[in-house]
Amino acid sequence: MRFIPVTCEDQVEMLRTVGLSDVDELFADVPEAARLARPLALPEPMGEVELAAHLKELARSNAGADDVASFLGGGCYDHYVPAIVDAVVSKPAFFTAYTPYQPEVSQGTLQAVYEYQSMICQLTGMEVSNASMYDGATAFAEAALMAARVTRRGRVVVSGAVHPEWRSTLATYVEAGTVTVTEVAAAGGVSDIAALAASVGDDVAAIMVASPTFYGRLEDLAPLAELAHGAGALLVVGTNPILLGVMEPPATFGADIVVAEGQPLGSPMSFGGPGLGVFACRQAHIRQMPGRVAGRTTDVDGRTGFVLTFSTREQHIRREKATSNICSNHALNALAAGVYLSAVGAEGLAGIAGACVAKAQYLEQALVATGRFERVHAAPFGYEFALRYRGDVAEMQRALLDAGFLAGLDLGRFSADDAGLVLFAVTEKRTRAELDRFVEEVGAL
Amino acid sequence: MYPEDLKYDREHEWVRVSGDIATIGISDFAQDQLGEVVYVDLPSAGGTISAGDSFGEIESVKSVSELFTPVSGEIVEVNDALDGAPETVNEDAYGAGWIIKVKLSDPTEVEGLMDAVAYEAYLAEEA
Amino acid sequence: MSTHDRTEPTREPLTGTLIFERGAAESRCVEAPPLDVPVVSLGGYARAAAPALAHVTEVDIARHYERLASANFGVDSGFYPLGSCTMKYNPKIDEWACRLPGFAGIHPYQAEETVQGALELMWGLQESLAEVAGLPAVTLQPAAGAHGELTGLLTIRAYHTAQGDPRKRVLVPDSAHGTNPATVAMCGYEVVQVPSDERGGVDLDALRGLLDTDVAALMLTNPNTLGLFDENILAITAAVHEVGALAYCDGANLNAILGKTRPGDMGFDALHINLHKTFATPHGGGGPGAGPVAVTGALAPFLPGPVVGMTDDGRYTLVTPARSIGRVRSFLGNFGVLVRAYTYIRALGGQGVTEVAEQAVLSANYLRVRLGDAWPVAYDRVCMHEFVLSGGTMRKEHGVRTLDVAKRLLDYGYHPPTIYFPLIVDEAMMIEPTETESKATLDRFADVLLAIAAEAAEDPDLLHGAPYTTPVRRLDEAAAVKEPDLAWRPQEGAGV
Repeated sequence: MRFIPVTCEDQVEMLRTVGLSDVDELFADVPEAARLARPLALPEPMGEVELAAHLKELARSNAGADDVASFLGGGCYDHYVPAIVDAVVSKPAFFTAYTPYQPEVSQGTLQAVYEYQSMICQLTGMEVSNASMYDGATAFAEAALMAARVTRRGRVVVSGAVHPEWRSTLATYVEAGTVTVTEVAAAGGVSDIAALAASVGDDVAAIMVASPTFYGRLEDLAPLAELAHGAGALLVVGTNPILLGVMEPPATFGADIVVAEGQPLGSPMSFGGPGLGVFACRQAHIRQMPGRVAGRTTDVDGRTGFVLTFSTREQHIRREKATSNICSNHALNALAAGVYLSAVGAEGLAGIAGACVAKAQYLEQALVATGRFERVHAAPFGYEFALRYRGDVAEMQRALLDAGFLAGLDLGRFSADDAGLVLFAVTEKRTRAELDRFVEEVGAL
Repeated sequence: MYPEDLKYDREHEWVRVSGDIATIGISDFAQDQLGEVVYVDLPSAGGTISAGDSFGEIESVKSVSELFTPVSGEIVEVNDALDGAPETVNEDAYGAGWIIKVKLSDPTEVEGLMDAVAYEAYLAEEA
Repeated sequence: MSTHDRTEPTREPLTGTLIFERGAAESRCVEAPPLDVPVVSLGGYARAAAPALAHVTEVDIARHYERLASANFGVDSGFYPLGSCTMKYNPKIDEWACRLPGFAGIHPYQAEETVQGALELMWGLQESLAEVAGLPAVTLQPAAGAHGELTGLLTIRAYHTAQGDPRKRVLVPDSAHGTNPATVAMCGYEVVQVPSDERGGVDLDALRGLLDTDVAALMLTNPNTLGLFDENILAITAAVHEVGALAYCDGANLNAILGKTRPGDMGFDALHINLHKTFATPHGGGGPGAGPVAVTGALAPFLPGPVVGMTDDGRYTLVTPARSIGRVRSFLGNFGVLVRAYTYIRALGGQGVTEVAEQAVLSANYLRVRLGDAWPVAYDRVCMHEFVLSGGTMRKEHGVRTLDVAKRLLDYGYHPPTIYFPLIVDEAMMIEPTETESKATLDRFADVLLAIAAEAAEDPDLLHGAPYTTPVRRLDEAAAVKEPDLAWRPQEGAGV
């Protein structure tokens, strides 16, 4: 058998040692009525050669980033991943290891996590980062639960300018009534501060916003922080880690918890998963933080080493009183993020983010100039923006797909209020030539 | 190991009564079971607690235990020094490692607790 | 015996020097492409001070992470009998497959007609997992086992609510993983612990005593965390159903029963499957995994959306179940992990998958017997894919704890078993060999554990000081909490 190195002869001897004559006797505890009396009905096995061909066939029938020029974003972005990133995450000592519960033989993972945490603190301006969550949406939901624990309050106020899937995930997480959620509709692609202020009271654990918003717009965070802190609540800010290369970090304005979808930092789009849940907060709140965290310490010989720490917050020790049920996280994506940020450095990140922003501005102006699109939002944006299409969005996207473009995200699929709006994301991978050709195609519609 | 002037409960707290003030800590057995204490989650002074209530938590690296008060009353003082030096609970469990002081609302509760001999017998029975 | 004194003083330690401390201020690796459009500033939103990141060349990065990798231990490094984690070999074709541009380079919001191959793969995986589970409906969304638990329990909660019968409590055995009670609390239920009986199974009388119409569900791992199959499983699920509660199976130990019995056939209503355990996807140093959930037809309308369906004309499409609890994450699931699991299942087929369980169980029993009298088994009976030893006697007789044994195993080149779990076994050591180890490997490991038992009797201090040969030795975990150092900051180091 392919992945079973035990020989038939070995099997017989092992059975004899155990004192049994047949493998089925090992399953004697399974009641007769619960036994599967037939073979599992799974597809026939394939040898590696035919299996590889089958998988290639499946993969080839998808339109990937190499086949089409993509303007799709909405939390998952077509950024360039440097070759060194995959070279590192492909090392078996990293990807075939378990959670670093035995630190003496897990220093590689632990140091990489510590370095990742350090980089996230640098990017966001926060004091502490955890070792990762599943994705931006679950990090956002966990931030609400954490804010409730920190403030001992039970309601969060969420801006409607936050990604709809993040809001939907939060709603599911608190379905049991553990926290109540007040959603305040967005205005002009950003939070409606006056409406937020009207729904904030001394029962509120957090105001939860995103900058950039789902619509790509940048929030004025200072008044939001003032509003939250004035009510004794926390400010939770979702953000985009690439944009932090050129955008002032949320901590500067008083954010208490910063979360992000970290996929842009060296993880492939991979149909939306696995992504990376970035989660950073204040040191004062660390005992309420969900997820693992690595710390630097010394061994009995005085050598520098790393361990998982503050573990008493976690489910394996505190069980039903744990800060979260999370166990497996997205460590390999966090490793990728660390390698990515080291490869590009602060200058490269600023250059990449700057290129994204500049190209997005260029495309936005050009699309509006075609007369096919009109502006609906006024706030400044990063590298993502929404425009209203004067026509049938689905038809437009079909036509442009034929021309080799994934022509943005139809926001009507998330909310009837946003019908007709198309969200465009422009990464550093898009060339001016592609942008010009795209605009030309739009003009010809 | 188990001073005779103290009273003990089944959750391994000790109580030292002086006038109407009870000082509460954890026994030598409890600190030994926990291992090196790294954090004590202390309540605020001024609150009122009833016998059997949880008033805080005590942590080692790999475990956490709730602290239960064997007596009722108002918390009049907490040992803030444990914030910076939680290991004091290991080093001096019956002295500098005390945790809270309670003004007794019902001094008769103390009579229901074990003395050192009874507590040692209880430990032997548990083991 | 080598000791730390023999560390060669001229060799730089593998770890400890941070990436920020490597390279030089002018070092660069990957730079932004030249800007071919006019520069734009974010104005008042622009970043004032650059983040302090590393300044390194690609060579620095390659060497840095190669050193870190050398200080790590993975399944490819050697035997990894970490109980309850199913550290089986991760086939390399799985890694190749998930990196195919048509999988790695697709966006979750692409039009369905441009991702039919990806949807077909997901649909095929749903079908295969449903067959293995004996439950008809599957969601691939959950990102991990604990996330699957949350999904399953919220689905059960929605079902009860829809029946007009919201309930209050969830029963969890005392041998359960910590994620179970933590999940119960996140779902707003009260946790009630069910004791184990003297054979290591659920105490059936105690269970019956705890069951009433306020109980929403029993969460049960079967085979359980002691590595035992609960012989009373049909009586257990029947008793649960009798009061209108549902039975949730934690699929952490599914590797033991593949093709032999199915949770659906045992009477379970919902199950999460750890693809990173049973279906050979790698653990990634902590993740990502994937925790698909399979449920009965009655629960199917409540699953999170979207799931993959098939249209009458054979196209694959995303559908949201009629009474869905909503999303539990963004997008569709950990697709890269799903590709790996699909590849593994297609490589093995039904017979191959069943052989996995048979060999996993045989290997565990072989090791259990080989360790003989030197290592008392907590529950001495035929086990499933893992078994639990108790180091209680060794601690009493020699003052050697299970932790010391684990650290000593590191010196012999093995990853230790899971220790101090389950909580109901004194000085527990939980061993899961998996099916991907040869008899020779199992024999060598057994010999080493027997040798360590002898060392414990002769020289307990040798074990107290272990390990001696690892990149670092025992670490000061108390200091890590009392004086937390959770992030490097530039004032400490050079190079920025």
